[in-house]
Amino acid sequence: MENYLLIPFLPFAAFLINILFGRAVLKEKAHWVSILAVAGSWVVAVMTLRDVLAGKTLNENVYTWILAGDFKVSVGFLIDQLTAIMLIVVTTCSTLIHIYSVGYMHGDNGYYRFFSYLSLFTFCMLMLVMANNFLQLYFGWEGVGLCSYFLIGYYFDKKSASDAGKKAFIVNRFGDFGFGLGIFVIFLNFGTTYYAPVFAQAGSLAAKSYNFLGFDVHLMTLISLLLFCGSIGKSAQMPLHVWLPDAMEGPTPVSALIHAATMVTAGVFLVARCNPIFSQSETALVVVALTGAITSLFAATIALVQNDLKRIIAYSTVSQLGYMFLACGVGAYTAGVFHLYTHAFFKALLFLCAGSVMHAMGGELDIQKMGGLRKYMPVTYVTMLIASLSIAGFPGLAGFFSKDEILWMAYSGSSPVGKIVWASGTLVAFLTAFYSFRLIFLTFHGKFRGTHEQEHHLHESPKAMTIPLMLLCVGAVAAGWVGIPALIGENIGIHNGIAEFMKPVLGHAEGHGTHGEELIVMAVSVVVGFAGIGLAWFMYMLRPDIPGKLTAQFSGVHKVLYNKYYVDELYSAVIIRPTIWTAKNILIGVTDAKVIEAIVNGVPAAIGGVSRQLRKIQTGLMHHYATIMAMGIFIIAALMLMRSW
Amino acid sequence: MVPLNWYLLLSAAVFSIGVFGFLTRRNIIIMFMSIELMLNAVNISLVAFSHYLQDLRGQILVFFIITVAAAEASIGLAIIIALFRNKNTVHVDEMHEMKG
Repeated sequence: MENYLLIPFLPFAAFLINILFGRAVLKEKAHWVSILAVAGSWVVAVMTLRDVLAGKTLNENVYTWILAGDFKVSVGFLIDQLTAIMLIVVTTCSTLIHIYSVGYMHGDNGYYRFFSYLSLFTFCMLMLVMANNFLQLYFGWEGVGLCSYFLIGYYFDKKSASDAGKKAFIVNRFGDFGFGLGIFVIFLNFGTTYYAPVFAQAGSLAAKSYNFLGFDVHLMTLISLLLFCGSIGKSAQMPLHVWLPDAMEGPTPVSALIHAATMVTAGVFLVARCNPIFSQSETALVVVALTGAITSLFAATIALVQNDLKRIIAYSTVSQLGYMFLACGVGAYTAGVFHLYTHAFFKALLFLCAGSVMHAMGGELDIQKMGGLRKYMPVTYVTMLIASLSIAGFPGLAGFFSKDEILWMAYSGSSPVGKIVWASGTLVAFLTAFYSFRLIFLTFHGKFRGTHEQEHHLHESPKAMTIPLMLLCVGAVAAGWVGIPALIGENIGIHNGIAEFMKPVLGHAEGHGTHGEELIVMAVSVVVGFAGIGLAWFMYMLRPDIPGKLTAQFSGVHKVLYNKYYVDELYSAVIIRPTIWTAKNILIGVTDAKVIEAIVNGVPAAIGGVSRQLRKIQTGLMHHYATIMAMGIFIIAALMLMRSW
Repeated sequence: MVPLNWYLLLSAAVFSIGVFGFLTRRNIIIMFMSIELMLNAVNISLVAFSHYLQDLRGQILVFFIITVAAAEASIGLAIIIALFRNKNTVHVDEMHEMKG
């Protein structure tokens, strides 16, 4: 525990070394520094987890960062159960993905740049989860956003990639604006930004109303919703989800680490961390639950018809993040964090498998042009199959336990929208199973539909890539075993470890239901999962003509789904084009051309005009000067004489 | 005994002749001589006051002025010669290189 400072600062040191010496000195060996540093963080994180499991927690200020009047912020670290589990998720995924990148990024021009950004990201993410105050959380939050921008636009010579980077950054501004306001409101009302006193006082200030923009709002609702704004942006929830699918322009390890396993779950972490505030506001929780439910359903339906390998998984991520918010919204923070933790493994694995497929296909992403890859890349096939089974909720795998926990908590919890979000969650479970296996069947089964050249090139990926796949696969299978529900666990003598573990931080959500109901909820989620897999099998293996016919029959629906409900087009029409119009016609056309240029050009023009007149005095003729001098003397002499009278 | 006023009137008269000459004449050498007249008018009044107030500092100042005037005259004449060599004239109306 006493070495905990190494956890964030080892990756930071690796970042400094790589960014300073990477280009000239390290070159092809840049990965060693980063991998060793992140693996070192992982070792310390595991030791920290061991200490936390033994009941030790830590809340320590290391350095006074800002001191201004009553406002004091330190660089401080809070290590409790929630932090410990996040540390494990971040460092494990980060280490494996660093190793994978050695194979995936091999021979790339910006090799050192890639690893230095990846290390910087790891540092920021660790600062985010280890913070003991809101401002340091915000620092990490913006830091991961910045790294996300760097890495999405990693192939900056490609216009779509640099556009996607800008989009991610700008869309996140909307959310972070709310988040920033939330921190201001917290400071105004609590007088501090440290977690401990804020959470301790949350209960006593619960009844307070606050005047915000002229409306009287319940203080806790206001703070919760403002903080949730940040979560919506960072975790790509409706209506700010548009950046995440585009973020797939970045290299695949980045998609796996930042846009699946860690950064995008920061929003869920924020809600879970602030659960004492959220729990004070029923309204905010309902908003969180409904946002999560709507987003998960919305993204899952889009994923049904997409053909881009990585975008399908990206929409799947949006959908699963919605699931986590749904869990937090019904008060089951533990279930949400549990899903965050299992999701990190199987979703990172899905992305890395997708990267492996891309590697074999020479960068091809259209699953309609794949097929039959099973026999060329067996390791990728098996690991991706297991990851898909896990996300589809196959009994015994990681995704099953966390998803089941969420659905049961939604069904049995006291939330007013519990039953609705349970129903939508179950529907999403069906859709998830369907699109995940549509992906598997189209990619790995059937006949190869690409070009001969591509077929000739097909190969299994190098060891540096397959070994992390296999290790993550262990996580995708076994990560859920720490959270086996009591219903099953008590028969085989295992208790629900994660619920016990997280209880001091996240509280304990009580379900109100019988064992019978719990069994039914579980059975329903398993059945819909199998139904989804079966339907995908039927449509894409047995009767491959059906999808085409369905598309023809429901071309309207297909078009809407294929174009992602036209959200991008809507934003383009409502926000982007008016903004550009304003910029062009008002800011450039009037403010810049007429006002600023008028000032900038007008001042020198006026000075020039006056000086042109003044120059006429300077005739160059000596007697003119002499006359003026003489007149001056006479005037001065006259004045002197007049005064002396 | 000549009263102080007479000296001062002489000084004023010489000074005015200098000013008048400086303003009206266009020959640069005559203008230069007018300047010398003005300087010597000042010298007359300084010596007169020095005698009147029985204070030798006025006469010391006159020596300074004569020295400065000598230096000024040598530089001034050098400039006039340089000008004459370039422009072949001593008429000031034809010298307007400094026109703005």
